[in-house]
Amino acid sequence: MNDPLAWSALALLGALHGLNPAMGWLFAVALGLQERRRAAVGRALWPIALGHALSVALVVALVILAGAVLDGGVLRLVGAGALLAFGAYKLLRPNTHPRWVGMRVGFRDLTLWSFLMSTAHGAGLMLVPVALRFSAGGGAAHAGHGEHLPAGMAASSTLAGLAAVGVHTLSMFAVMAAVALAVYQFVGLTVLRRAWVNLDQVWAVALMAAGAVALVWR
Amino acid sequence: MTTFRPDPTFYPSPSLAQSAPRETLAYVVVIDPTYRTPDALAVLDLDPASPTYAREVGRLELPHTGDELHHFGWNACSAALCPTMPHPHVERRYLLVPGLRSSRIYVVDTRPDPRRPTLHKTIEPEELHARSGYSRPHTVHCGPDAVYMNALGSPSGEGPGGVFVLDHTTFEIKGPWEKDRGPQYLAYDFWWHLGHDTMLTSEWGTPNMVEDGLNPEILLAGGYGHRLHVWNLRTREHVKALDLGPEQQMVLELRPAHDPRQTYGFVGVVTSLKDLSASVWLWHLDRGEWKVRKVIEVPAEPADPSLLPPLLQGFGAVPPLITDINLSLDDRFLYVSCWGTGELRQYDVSDPFEPKLVGSVHLGGIVRRAGHPRAPEPLTGGPQMVELSRDGRRVYVTNSLYVSWDEQFYPAGIRGWAAKLDADPAGGMTLDPDFYVDFGERRAHQMRLQGGDASSDSFCYPNP
Repeated sequence: MNDPLAWSALALLGALHGLNPAMGWLFAVALGLQERRRAAVGRALWPIALGHALSVALVVALVILAGAVLDGGVLRLVGAGALLAFGAYKLLRPNTHPRWVGMRVGFRDLTLWSFLMSTAHGAGLMLVPVALRFSAGGGAAHAGHGEHLPAGMAASSTLAGLAAVGVHTLSMFAVMAAVALAVYQFVGLTVLRRAWVNLDQVWAVALMAAGAVALVWR
Repeated sequence: MTTFRPDPTFYPSPSLAQSAPRETLAYVVVIDPTYRTPDALAVLDLDPASPTYAREVGRLELPHTGDELHHFGWNACSAALCPTMPHPHVERRYLLVPGLRSSRIYVVDTRPDPRRPTLHKTIEPEELHARSGYSRPHTVHCGPDAVYMNALGSPSGEGPGGVFVLDHTTFEIKGPWEKDRGPQYLAYDFWWHLGHDTMLTSEWGTPNMVEDGLNPEILLAGGYGHRLHVWNLRTREHVKALDLGPEQQMVLELRPAHDPRQTYGFVGVVTSLKDLSASVWLWHLDRGEWKVRKVIEVPAEPADPSLLPPLLQGFGAVPPLITDINLSLDDRFLYVSCWGTGELRQYDVSDPFEPKLVGSVHLGGIVRRAGHPRAPEPLTGGPQMVELSRDGRRVYVTNSLYVSWDEQFYPAGIRGWAAKLDADPAGGMTLDPDFYVDFGERRAHQMRLQGGDASSDSFCYPNP
């Protein structure tokens, strides 16, 4: 867990996810405008962050669980393969996304919405290279094979996984909140017409790059 | 197909859309009333600086006959900016043009040359039937998640009519929209309050009730539609039927407030059995309950029976026949077409409960037959489909209703035309004496303005 590069990567990816309007800050702004209250913007950010955290945690948990039973090299290949394939899919079919109509949303709806959007965009997948470092099979590849790991090591992987999700989500939340409040309070909606550049391809390339990193980052 | 920045014609809120640049082209469907030659999509030049201003500058002839094109709409609009599933990097590019009589749906590409649209895709009636169960497609709206369309009935010509959805990139029909339609059976128009997850639908008649013309027996029995339906846009369930009363016959165009924070809108009623008047009703959400009330009534005008078509001779009066209404993007002015009396009215609806008549222009009319400075003969038909520029300064009207009904109210025939009026931002409107497009024996129905108009877009972000 003493891996500054990994923690920085987690925080940076969190910032990237927080910046993406499809991950939630825009929804929070819309809800604030609909209610004409800044508090409504803030209120929406919590469930959005929670849904994002759940989506990311699901992937991290899968990697850690797989790390306990799979050979490190195999896990690395599976993770990188999933990222490359998903990135290629997003590059080829940029318009696929979950369908959701509904602006009247409560805490549960927003959590679910955020979980669906994060999952469909592969937000958690993008964290696979880092998760691999914390999983017993991946990060401890040099120490031997997964099946021989002691229970203490599994516990420390779980702890590291939780911390990873926490750091990522905190960073995502901070960026999302800053952008949402800035747009709501100062910038205004006209910015959407100019500054909302199409980063879908960048996102897809980032997914594939993460796949490549997963292969080589040991 | 995807762009780097959002389509410049998308605006987050209605008030921002009002600052859009002036429209330079319009698309209008022109119909062959004899069904012998194909209908067409005509392109009109709306740029006053252009040498071909107010003239047709392009035309896409469609490959089939007997479609009877009617309403149509864009593949994408400002609803693409909605935060629930934003996809702002698509283009407002394709027009989805249904044939109300044939049930065929054309997807027309307006790029690369917007003056020379081309046919991109055709959805045959069999495919519409098989995938949605519906027939006689009518209204088109670009939604946040898909293209929504509705239809008057089933392939047999009976009901129920309803809504179906199409994928907004491939234009594949995804299926019927309703999960629980409750008591809804008749259909005509639909629109929504995106900020409140609410859809509204209105009632005309099944295909069998309307295709051969207005049926006096059904009408006098109060058999045409007289209800509004409120739906949950999210769960796709029927919420409430609002009955205007059986004497209110044919509840047509729905114009919800554009501001997504608002929960009211206007709907036009063609005629009342009591006195042949026409009316506009306001629906509104009152402490959690949807209600409806009449806010505008236009009386019938007494007339010499010898000047009236057979259908109306017994009444000795011209019914106003409110067949279309349109609401400016600032939700301030409501335009009301009185197709029977040949009048376009402008109401100030700043207080939606108390509309004030602030403008009136006469064109055509069953008895009045008011003229146009550029037309050599008195006009036939009357203001029918009405479309507004996004800044609310220009009003465009065409004169045909529906071929079999045109014959009943204007038995001498209708010569297709389009005219323009200039609206004063403070209220009032004047006829543009230079804008008159003659379509000859072809009839003009709905018009869409390039880049969007007052009935093409819906918004998820409220006005400041």
